[in-house]
Amino acid sequence: MLRAAVIVFPGSNCDRDVKTAITRVTGFAPKMVWHGDASVPSSDMIVLPGGFSYGDYLRCGAMAAHSPIMKDVIAKAKAGTPVIGICNGFQILCESGLLPGALMRNASLHFICRDVYLKVENDQSFFTKCYRAGEVIKIPIAHGEGNYFADKDTLDRIEGEGRVAFRYSDIDGNVSAATCPNGAQRNIAGITNETGRVLGMMPHPERLYEAALGGTDGRRVFESALLSVLEAA
Amino acid sequence: MKARIKITLKNGVLDPQGKAIEGAVKGLGISGVGDVRQGKYIEVDLAEEDPGRAKVIVEQMCKDLLANTVIENYSYEIG
Repeated sequence: MLRAAVIVFPGSNCDRDVKTAITRVTGFAPKMVWHGDASVPSSDMIVLPGGFSYGDYLRCGAMAAHSPIMKDVIAKAKAGTPVIGICNGFQILCESGLLPGALMRNASLHFICRDVYLKVENDQSFFTKCYRAGEVIKIPIAHGEGNYFADKDTLDRIEGEGRVAFRYSDIDGNVSAATCPNGAQRNIAGITNETGRVLGMMPHPERLYEAALGGTDGRRVFESALLSVLEAA
Repeated sequence: MKARIKITLKNGVLDPQGKAIEGAVKGLGISGVGDVRQGKYIEVDLAEEDPGRAKVIVEQMCKDLLANTVIENYSYEIG
């Protein structure tokens, strides 16, 4: 049994996609929780979906980070409930302080919507344990602000603690400026918190979870979550 | 009272929008244009009349919402 909760903000547009992905991959339908609610029902994991919460006003994710529901999301995350933020959800996690750094305008200033290759760095965490470190997967990105920024000390700490989950690479796993679509520092596409139970990632795993969609490389994010919950039971 | 708040990117943080603006300004044929950085300007009306207490309120709104201090600096005038 996997009890997932998907938070729906005004302007979320990947909330139903991720609901379908979780339902199809794990067999368990998540609860949809409105951002104006005061608390999240008891859950095995919380999803902050992609989209354009609050129209990206002020900064992407800045307003959503202060939505009523986020007080409880932050409290539950700090108490150990796993949280995944995808795209806008990653921006919300950074704005709410659950993850370090910030996501800035893409270096090219273009909105980028295409498949990218990712090198898996961390295959131990709640949401990534069904991947293998070093393997290359293909998942789409769709964002205008995915340019990950943190100061050097923070980047060194994240890397030293093995908290980079995914990096933008080429099909052979080479990581360089040329394989970075958005200018993200050190090609960072996804990071976890200290415990590995909070994951933020710009790519959209919910868009590639079955062959009919063009690939299945995203489904192991949700399989990892299910496996993690079953292992802990 | 009114708070006039300026939010700018920290030094060292790349500003691709500023770069694009710089290119466009130079494209006008205007000479002597150097680095361009862009930011935000926000005006907030405050009921508070005491400057000291107004400053506390503005600090809080800047830190907690208006600026992301990972990448941005803020400054303000109250009056």
